[in-house]
Amino acid sequence: MNASAAQKNTFVETIIRRGLLGKGFLVALALLAIWKLVISFMAGPSVFVQQVVNGLQLGFVYALIALGYTMVYGIVRLINFAHGDVFMVGAFSSYFAIARWNLNEWPSKVIPSLPGWFSNALGVITVILLSMVTCAFLAFVIERVAYKPLRDAPRISALITAIGVSFFLEYFGALPFVFTSNFVTYERPISVINWVISTSGIYMLQAGEKPPDNTIIFSNISLLIIIISLLLLFFLNYLVQRTRIGKAMRAAAYDKPTARLMGINVDGIISVTFAVGASLAGAAGVLYATAFPQVYFVMGIIPGLKAFVAAVLGGIGSIPGALVGSLIIGEAEVLSAAYISTPMRDAVAFSILVLVLLIRPTGLFGEPSREKA
Amino acid sequence: MSKRLFAVLSLLIVASLILPACATGGAKESGTVKIGLLAPLSGQVPTFGESVRNGTELAVKEWNEKGGVLGKKIDLIVADSQCSPDPAVNAANKLIDQDGVKFIIGEVCSSASIPVAEITNPKKILQISPTSTSALVTVDANGVTRPFTFRACFIDPFQGLVMAKFATGKGYKTAFVMFDQGNDYVRGLAEAFEKSFSELGGTIVGKESYTSTDTDFSAILTKVAESKAEVLYLPDYYNIVNLVGAQAKDKGVTAVMMGGDGWDSSDLDVNAADGGFYSNHYDPGDTRPIVQEWLKTFGAAYKDAQGNPKVPDAFGTLAYDAANLLFAAIEKAGTIDDTTKVAEAMAAIKWEAVSGTITFDAQHNPIKSAAVIGVANGKKNFVESVAP
Repeated sequence: MNASAAQKNTFVETIIRRGLLGKGFLVALALLAIWKLVISFMAGPSVFVQQVVNGLQLGFVYALIALGYTMVYGIVRLINFAHGDVFMVGAFSSYFAIARWNLNEWPSKVIPSLPGWFSNALGVITVILLSMVTCAFLAFVIERVAYKPLRDAPRISALITAIGVSFFLEYFGALPFVFTSNFVTYERPISVINWVISTSGIYMLQAGEKPPDNTIIFSNISLLIIIISLLLLFFLNYLVQRTRIGKAMRAAAYDKPTARLMGINVDGIISVTFAVGASLAGAAGVLYATAFPQVYFVMGIIPGLKAFVAAVLGGIGSIPGALVGSLIIGEAEVLSAAYISTPMRDAVAFSILVLVLLIRPTGLFGEPSREKA
Repeated sequence: MSKRLFAVLSLLIVASLILPACATGGAKESGTVKIGLLAPLSGQVPTFGESVRNGTELAVKEWNEKGGVLGKKIDLIVADSQCSPDPAVNAANKLIDQDGVKFIIGEVCSSASIPVAEITNPKKILQISPTSTSALVTVDANGVTRPFTFRACFIDPFQGLVMAKFATGKGYKTAFVMFDQGNDYVRGLAEAFEKSFSELGGTIVGKESYTSTDTDFSAILTKVAESKAEVLYLPDYYNIVNLVGAQAKDKGVTAVMMGGDGWDSSDLDVNAADGGFYSNHYDPGDTRPIVQEWLKTFGAAYKDAQGNPKVPDAFGTLAYDAANLLFAAIEKAGTIDDTTKVAEAMAAIKWEAVSGTITFDAQHNPIKSAAVIGVANGKKNFVESVAP
């Protein structure tokens, strides 16, 4: 009897020690989610695929924001809470570029002989580049003014400063002569074209025409978001993996003092990292505002938080992690809005954060903590 | 005009200075009918207060030019109530106790009208709010109608009924309802629409809620497209309408969007809301002669910065209606002292106002038509006026 009690104890202890309760819970949750997805897919395959497309669109925008969080964290171990507001500034600068200066139309004005789609694409790229440059410059200034003086201060000081910068950007933007505190209707740089994808092929949907049953609608806006995001991701990957700057970034992320001894200008590299991350946020701002055409001064908070969750889910500091995490968060949000209930979407997104922190704090692609005291 | 106004105003100031000194001297002033106006002239919404004051002053001027009410000139006393409970109660107490008014027009905001109604009813002071839409303005917490409180505007759920009627009248059979769960106004309209639309023979094919911070409506709109609803009822404010309308276009949603007076803003994106309809208290495009007459009167009295005639907004119009209703009820009752009789006369009145022909229901809410406004080709056009 004694023996069996002892055995039972060790059994319970083993379960607790190995964290089987948590793992079991996670497995049960995953099974439940998969079961729900399968049921939903069976109930209406075309609607399900449509919702997945909606989620992709959202996920790619989050990915661009999440990359900024992850890159900055990777090097200076700072959660840059002002990142969401840099995203807002990116959206607003593209708004001014489009609505005030018609920058998206310059190719068709300067070279009218270009084909329509090409001059549209060129216009959109110009607007995005402008936002990226604006945001990169803004982040450079923020880094020099607010974060660099605190480089050797305790990490919490920099974190609090980041929150301060975030509020500054929001409420400076809310001033009547800056961005105003109103909701501003965003003018899309391109007009919407919808394509219908069905088993019999792809055709363009006319305005006001009802899409036929069991088809998927794909708009040029989703396409724009996915293509631009992928291009930027490939570019970033190239920058980090194949260039001298990228090498220096990785070195600084690995060990700052040693990197400095090797002759790397670490401060310069940190500035570049902030600028690159912010330029991606700027591009995300343009794409987000194009998908959901309204800009206002606190629009960056929620997407910023969601992207942060995505970065943590993917493993903060990991670039592929940020992409995968963002796609998961985007899908989780849209699918829970579609198949559970809309107000649940934020709850699901943030529950994922809690679960990741409990079960695998390093995230999907995160390396085991290599922090140095 | 401005000289006259100045004369009236200075008279009011002088009167308000003298009156407290002779609080018992009310009998001397029996040559006039004193009317109090509670308007938020300062605070968060001073433009509402200004509109309401302008509308009321015009009504007073017109009645005085016709010889006043029951042969007595109307003396309008304006008090700043700030759209806020405490200042409104203080202003109402001042009007009642110092100035000796028996009739109050106001307040604009429900949150201020409700506490004012708490003090006017025990004192038997007749109150008519031009624009407060909360049900609790004319009904107390126990659901009993306040005998001395009325309003000139319709209440929120009424707009849902009007749009349900309009939608079924246009032959639409199916509707999808979208609403913000955390907003009483939006939920009230949505519930009323849902109920009335089903009663009128339509089918609600879907219903989804969202939160006010949502920007991505793709999941809901995919469901709307899937449900094949003919109407998408979205009684939220213009900012949400702008977002949903723009996204609906790239999700293949062809349903006609409909909403309430939250759409009524110069910031409504007419491209996003193109093809939609919304209900409102009144519209300057209404062709009824009384509306055109009112536009002329108002435009002659008030000019904008460029000197062009101003177009009255819903606040000014409802205040004008409220003042006219009050004076008509006093005439009908034949007394300026017995407010119980005036309240009875008001409850039984039928009066053609600018915002529609008004009668009161048991809860002292006006039964009148609402204006339906259509958004088409970048413009907001009056479509028709829908009676309940």
